[in-house]
Amino acid sequence: MDAILLQILNGLDKGSAYALIALGLTLIFGTLGVVNFAHGALFMIGAFCAVTLQRILSLSFETIDESRTDFLGNPLKVETPYVEAWFGPDVGMAIIDWSVPLAIFFAIPVMITIGFIMERGLIKHFYKRPHADQILVTFGLAIVLQEIVKYFFGANPIPTPAPDVFRGSFDFGVLLGFDPYAIAYPYWRLVYFFFSVTIIGAVFAFLQFTTFGMVVRAGMADRETVGLLGINIDRRFTIMFGIAAAVAGLAGVMYAPINSPNYHMGMDFLVLSFVVVVVGGMGSLPGAVLAGFMLGILESISSMNEVKAIFPGIDQIIIYLVAILILLTRPRGLMGRKGVMED
Amino acid sequence: MGILEVKGVGKRFGGLQALGDVNLSVGENSVHAIIGPNGAGKSTLLNCLIGKLIPDTGSVMFDGQSVLGRKPHEICQMGISRVFQTPEVFGDLTVFENMLIPCFAKRDGAFRLHAFETIAQEKDVVEKAQVMLEDVNMQDKLHMTAASLSRGDKRRLEMAMCLVQDPKLLLLDEPTAGMARADTNNTIDLLKEIKDKRDITIAIIEHDMHVVFSLAERITVLAQGTPLVEDTPDNIKGHPKVREAYLGESHG
Amino acid sequence: MLGLNKKDTKFLLIVVALTMFTPIILQPFAEGTGLAQFNAGYPDLMQRFAIFGIFAIGFNILFGLTGYLSFGHAAFLGVGSYSAVWMFKLLSMNVIPGILLAVATSGVFALLIGYVSLRRSGIYFSILTLAFAQMSFNLAYSVLTPITNGETGLQLALDDPRILDGVNNSGSLPVTNIFGLAMNSSTQIEVLGRVWTFNVGYYFCAIIAILAFYLSLRIFRSPFGMMLRAVKSNQQRMNYTGLNSRPYTLAAFVISGMYAGLAGGLLASMDPLAGAERMQWTASGEVVLMTILGGAGTLMGPVLGAGFIKYFENIFSKINDTVLHGWFSFMPDGLEDLLVVLVHPFVGKGWHLTLGILFMLVVVFLPGGLIEGGQRIAALFKRKRSDDDNLDPEHHPKQTPHVAE
Repeated sequence: MDAILLQILNGLDKGSAYALIALGLTLIFGTLGVVNFAHGALFMIGAFCAVTLQRILSLSFETIDESRTDFLGNPLKVETPYVEAWFGPDVGMAIIDWSVPLAIFFAIPVMITIGFIMERGLIKHFYKRPHADQILVTFGLAIVLQEIVKYFFGANPIPTPAPDVFRGSFDFGVLLGFDPYAIAYPYWRLVYFFFSVTIIGAVFAFLQFTTFGMVVRAGMADRETVGLLGINIDRRFTIMFGIAAAVAGLAGVMYAPINSPNYHMGMDFLVLSFVVVVVGGMGSLPGAVLAGFMLGILESISSMNEVKAIFPGIDQIIIYLVAILILLTRPRGLMGRKGVMED
Repeated sequence: MGILEVKGVGKRFGGLQALGDVNLSVGENSVHAIIGPNGAGKSTLLNCLIGKLIPDTGSVMFDGQSVLGRKPHEICQMGISRVFQTPEVFGDLTVFENMLIPCFAKRDGAFRLHAFETIAQEKDVVEKAQVMLEDVNMQDKLHMTAASLSRGDKRRLEMAMCLVQDPKLLLLDEPTAGMARADTNNTIDLLKEIKDKRDITIAIIEHDMHVVFSLAERITVLAQGTPLVEDTPDNIKGHPKVREAYLGESHG
Repeated sequence: MLGLNKKDTKFLLIVVALTMFTPIILQPFAEGTGLAQFNAGYPDLMQRFAIFGIFAIGFNILFGLTGYLSFGHAAFLGVGSYSAVWMFKLLSMNVIPGILLAVATSGVFALLIGYVSLRRSGIYFSILTLAFAQMSFNLAYSVLTPITNGETGLQLALDDPRILDGVNNSGSLPVTNIFGLAMNSSTQIEVLGRVWTFNVGYYFCAIIAILAFYLSLRIFRSPFGMMLRAVKSNQQRMNYTGLNSRPYTLAAFVISGMYAGLAGGLLASMDPLAGAERMQWTASGEVVLMTILGGAGTLMGPVLGAGFIKYFENIFSKINDTVLHGWFSFMPDGLEDLLVVLVHPFVGKGWHLTLGILFMLVVVFLPGGLIEGGQRIAALFKRKRSDDDNLDPEHHPKQTPHVAE
């Protein structure tokens, strides 16, 4: 029992990432009708926003401390980050320590800008082209984006630690009356989960309660009619694309401490996120979220030794297996609408 | 006993009864028109006949065989051809290839892996396609892609693609919708010519009364998913119920 | 000849000639000159041209003709490689049984995956094929280790049975061969400082590639090929014309899967090892790139695309800063450094960036791929001479509307 609970918790953070990426994907698909293979790259760029901010904050100048010597007997060179010099050692240290959460504020404008440029510069020309062309051009874009990141940051994963406060694990086991450390769950993953839920809630609230959101939802249902009402749908859709990019980016920022960012992490997540979108139903926002968490948890549970003993290798294929079964029995996914992508 | 027998067909979409208890008999070698105001269930009925929809109740018999539950290609192979509201042709292919495909389908059935013959070797098919294209006066457009044809030409091509298969029943779904008067008259002449030359049954769904009364031998009026009357054009014209339900509205 | 019309026969003969003289054509620069690094007449690279050419030709039969975009074709390539290596381990180092088994197993595999995946179309089809391929990849890495040897990859071993080959006492691993002629044996001829390498393995691949190309030419010209294009053009009309599109697409899928298996078998024949990474979806993405870059739906396009990508993968990626400095050395120092810095991200390890940009440009501006580009240039010259040449639809793929506005 405790093992299953632990796996459900473990599935939550991966599920959160799937859900956030899939949410953006399906938002873009639902509003713009575009299949965006570059969405994983946006997630990856988000993670590198965290890396970048951490590097910026750690920028240091060198001073020579005459009072101390290194092992060769020369005066010791001391690196002092600028932020420590400006704000004092304590505050400065804290700022560097909190660079990942701070990167949220850095990532939002960056991601929205990237989203705008992508949509205005490239995607908008593909609204009327076949889905195959959209897949191809965004696939090309994804390659370009990841190669650019690789050029600047190299091919190796870059460890990006979470703030010190969140090191260690929260002991759910004790809370629920199991043995101590039976269900220990890292604090940061807990943060990630609540962060995702907040973002998902914010996106839904935005679509539900603002006029802007209402128009976008109407546009998702019937683009032509809304266009006929004299509402400038295109501009709103551009903004939607920016928001979707920001959501993917934020998912990436906060994921950086869980999985050290590398340039191809986007592609790895993209494939699974697409499966998530399709399982949830193309164009269905609740479907994407539901499927994201569901598949994350399923993947986690199937990696338990007890399960693997019965179905060897099931953890490797469970997501794809579920996707295939769902696509064949419920072609529109769990919560998909009629007529979406059916030629 | 007609070539097409529709008995007690009903179809419901959620809360909407699109068709309720439709009975219809189309006599062999006749031209039978189905008319009715918008939302009367004409298209639903047509879709039930060609396998796109499966009715909830009733039976559809064609030439003594049930068509229900069969796939569109099987129904076509039984001898029912369909012309769409907007002409459906193979846009990327040439006019000639467009004509070859139904010829192959007629000769070889629903599937054949003829991957190692060349088209030129299939002399009988090529000849048949050429003759048909000459019949409809398109021999000078053989190598144009079908997408580049005018709408009228696409319609003619589509019709020819159906006819080359020698169907027993030709279903036409508003063949003149959105056409100019001159094109409409051309289509009427074309259909009359087809009728005169061949043993063929034509079932036509149409909005345009001019077309209906120039072609049809029998007319069924559909209203709210059920047949109101079925009679000859002359009787339909004078029928008080029809005037009330349909003609009154559109020709008021 | 061979069931082809005059024009196609000429076309085929040109392809045969080009393939046969590849070791000479790709070695235009004398050894020791600065341009020698652009030579591509190495057996290893030429084999890849032929093998990936086959892979792309097969993919094109599915995608180019029917428009079904599969993102899982690498799975068939991988299955082909594994099958062939098993044949080398169990039966014989002669490549023929290995390749036959590779084609057969990948065909069966494609039949199963295709039967399920083709129940859906559009993006759903792409995702289904992707899911199947990723499943195969993950399984090859984990549970199927007894068959695939997991991460290490399947390799030959000294104690393999090799029933037909007799006892191997040499103490070293045997090499693949065709009836005794070793795949890795080559003859070198030096002419005017140019070293031409005539390699058994390359010629073996080349002959199979020509056969594969000929087969695809026949399919393109056959009624079956026309039906496949009809599927892409208007599936609804096709069904209402009395044709069942499902077996047509399935046949195309299986044929292209067998091409992929053949390519996988050949890869293993040239270098007898098989790893799971050959099945990863990035490998499937590569064949998509090749086909689109060259020109989907055209006969030569995929081969060109495959050659192009493999050439740049090998040659472009070798260009480092030293080489760049060599090129720009005639310039003033400051300018030289600037140019090197500017070009640097696009070559060497960054060649994928160039590839990505090029691919995007092709999708945006040249949906017909390099072939279309070539035709447009040719048309510029031709226009002055004649306006009314008879266009063959296959040699001149229809232009899809460009950037929609």
